[in-house]
Amino acid sequence: MPTTTPATMAEKVWRSHTVRMRDGEPDLLYIDLHLVHEVTSPQAFDGLRNAGRKVRRPDLTIATEDHNTPTDNLLTISDPVSRTQIEALRRNCEEFGVRLHPLGDAEQGVVHVVGPQLGLTQPGMTVVCGDSHTSTHGAFGALAFGIGTSEVEHVLATQTLPQQRPKTMAVTVDGVLPEGVSAKDLILAVIAEAGTGGGRGHIVEYRGSAIRALSMEARMTVCNMSIEWGAKAGMIAPDDTTFAYLKGRPHAPEGAEWDEAVAYWRSLATDPGAEFDAEIRIDASTLAPFVTWGTNPGQGVPLSSAVPDPAGFTDPAARSAAERALEYMALSPGTPMRDVSVDVVFLGSCTNGRIEDLRAAAEVMRGRRVSPGVRMLVVPGSARVRAEAESEGLHEVFTQAGAEWRFAGCSMCLGMNPDQLSPGARAASTSNRNFEGRQGRGGRTHLVSPQVAAATAVVGRLAAPADLAAAA
Amino acid sequence: METFTVHTGRAAPLRRSNVDTDQIIPAVYLKRVTRTGFADGLFAAWRDDPDFVLNRNAHADSTILVAGTEFGTGSSREHAVWALQDYGFRAVIAPRFGDIFRGNALKGGLLPVELDQADVEWLWDALDADPTLEITVDLVRRRVSAGERDWGFALDDHSRWRLMEGLDDIDLTLRDESQITAFETERPQWLPRTLQGR
Repeated sequence: MPTTTPATMAEKVWRSHTVRMRDGEPDLLYIDLHLVHEVTSPQAFDGLRNAGRKVRRPDLTIATEDHNTPTDNLLTISDPVSRTQIEALRRNCEEFGVRLHPLGDAEQGVVHVVGPQLGLTQPGMTVVCGDSHTSTHGAFGALAFGIGTSEVEHVLATQTLPQQRPKTMAVTVDGVLPEGVSAKDLILAVIAEAGTGGGRGHIVEYRGSAIRALSMEARMTVCNMSIEWGAKAGMIAPDDTTFAYLKGRPHAPEGAEWDEAVAYWRSLATDPGAEFDAEIRIDASTLAPFVTWGTNPGQGVPLSSAVPDPAGFTDPAARSAAERALEYMALSPGTPMRDVSVDVVFLGSCTNGRIEDLRAAAEVMRGRRVSPGVRMLVVPGSARVRAEAESEGLHEVFTQAGAEWRFAGCSMCLGMNPDQLSPGARAASTSNRNFEGRQGRGGRTHLVSPQVAAATAVVGRLAAPADLAAAA
Repeated sequence: METFTVHTGRAAPLRRSNVDTDQIIPAVYLKRVTRTGFADGLFAAWRDDPDFVLNRNAHADSTILVAGTEFGTGSSREHAVWALQDYGFRAVIAPRFGDIFRGNALKGGLLPVELDQADVEWLWDALDADPTLEITVDLVRRRVSAGERDWGFALDDHSRWRLMEGLDDIDLTLRDESQITAFETERPQWLPRTLQGR
């Protein structure tokens, strides 16, 4: 294959994993890492058993319990149906020889927090999981995407996946993010600009000086939400920030292998002159704290603005979606977002449940109190994040403020485990989806950054940290 | 997998865009460890509304769903496909689908058909005017017809062939197992392994 043609990072990773390329068929991609959790895997393991197949590469597979687990204790899963699902994962991992980090284990946590912190997610790899937020791992320059249960079974059986080659798109964010504007605000602004289907069929590469300036954890927040605007995957070129994060992690290469790996990783960046099929450009200096008002992640506005009027939407589908969203959210056009009061604040998830997210929120809450009548859940993304936060005393900041300090898991992100919104309750949530009923039937969700979540908990209405300083 | 060639049936007009997979089946219904039994969770939040399209007698036994754009965005849960199939749907027509949902549907034999927004709106109006209107989805010719109207739709040859033959992807892939094995011998040693110390 000619190597002189300039290529994008996505094309390089794709090519280097193509086991089979045949006209009229999807490419067959090799999968370097398969992450497994309890919800989307039981039917896949059953399929293997029924066909008399094994897991081809248990050494490239790892499982954790996250979606369906409680976060108020590590011992008891009171719902028998949830317990059955967890027990099925434990049996399947035992039978097929897959490493599992169960509830109570020191490495248990949300699957997309666990992979990176173990150093299992590395640049240039292909990573899949039966979970759409697998795009998170693209922050390392890996090609990572969510798959369905039939594909989970396919990867378990063959360590490959047939895939149609997607197109490529660049999201170039240049300039400097203003003080108080986070990666979450950035990606919410991208989604509002592009729409929930804007990235469909594309592997997106986030690039530009504002992306380069982000920490690894902030990059994960950006890539995590790629699926929320329909992208196949999101990627960020690996650089010194990436290598510094990886160095010394349990599964990172060492010694001469480290040097060999870094040399390879440096070659992954998109070549000068390589062409993307589409490009979006954003000036970071124009961004501000961002919140959603509707029932999909594209329905967002700056915190400083107001609930939009559906009559202002020219596209009829967008207008009727906005009308229905406002009815569901019980919001009126023109209401300033800062006037919207909340019942619950959720800090956590694969989007914003990492140590930097907890630090950012704790900094806002230190010496302050959660507003009376507001319930705040702080849910670390993994047991390791929880332990790290406790070693820094962050849990005391949260509990002294009146927030709940909980165990690791997906928690209130998805309305599956016991942490749910009650009907009509309104939440500011650092998670990734504000779909109808996502956090519990009838619950209303506003997506926010950790900083905005913390300030909102203190004020009782949607707020940014700057609002607290002004009031003090 | 059940094969798909030509299907004719009644259809339900779902006049909503951005019906994400959490709407198709909320997470609380995903606790089963089987591939069946998900019909109860289908559109769970809307099912106790007597005006919801599937609660109208004329549409109760629909086998084709005609939905708004961005159908099946969001979560990768294949349970969304299983729930639609358990209810009795064989095909979904929409202007656009979420990628993962579309892939899951093709794997499971639920045919996702993309038609233009204007054609979907024509179908909605026609179904409101005559709820007994039957739609034919012809995968062999890659055409949809209803009443006097007829449209072509796009689907790649490989997916069409798999659906028509009801083929299992794993069997297809394992025909090339020697290539997989050859690829594995070339992988760099430093790539991480979950079962080793490092």
